Amino acid sequence: MELYVDFEGSTLIFRLVGELDEHSAEFVKRKLDSTLLDSNYSDVVLDLSRLSFMDSTGIGVIIGRYKIVRKQNKNIYVKNPSPTVDKIFKMSGLYEIITKI
Amino acid sequence: MSTINSIKLEIEAKSQNESFARNVVASFFTQLNPTLEQIEDLKTAVSEAVTNCIVHAYKSTQQGKIEIVCSLNDEGYIQIVIRDYGQGISDVKQAMKPFYTTGNEGERSGMGFTVMQAFCDKVDVVSHDGETAVTLVKKI
Repeated sequence: MELYVDFEGSTLIFRLVGELDEHSAEFVKRKLDSTLLDSNYSDVVLDLSRLSFMDSTGIGVIIGRYKIVRKQNKNIYVKNPSPTVDKIFKMSGLYEIITKI
Repeated sequence: MSTINSIKLEIEAKSQNESFARNVVASFFTQLNPTLEQIEDLKTAVSEAVTNCIVHAYKSTQQGKIEIVCSLNDEGYIQIVIRDYGQGISDVKQAMKPFYTTGNEGERSGMGFTVMQAFCDKVDVVSHDGETAVTLVKKI
């Protein structure tokens, strides 16, 4: 699993590359959390275009980050999920709290 | 219906084996010419079941064995049985409810069985202390 951090203007972009499962979850959480705490941003985008796999462990990871971002009164969005990841977002109700752009 | 092919895989309950397990299962079933979506569904369901073994049955000790038996029959049904020998599930019905998770585990979504049920045609769970078997069935 690799995670790239970018800014587009004041938007913080996380690009997740690889597979998000139980094995990679801790790394992803640590990296996202330390960046969220250390950065000034207006909102957050999770770019999932190169996320090849995600199971329900990923749902927990994303809900946890959603809570952190909302606590800072900012918004979090996702973009470009694969069809399978999109299915997991839909069935878990994640799209009710996180908008796909 | 009769079984026309099967494999048995045993892995240690380490999270780094999850990817290996789901990819082996996916590779085995490619002989049925499934769609990409069907393969991705299977990989996700297997990953959920294996994660449950690692996190719940073996309490993330990274110790213990997980058995995975895949079989396919002459009518295009595939069956995957994922078995562990760790702590059983005391209330299977409750465990299979969406968002149910046991308390002290941080950011778990409680969606594992729900995902398995959404991505397979049938999910059966038999559990007692010391052994749990999850059976996933899907028509290809």
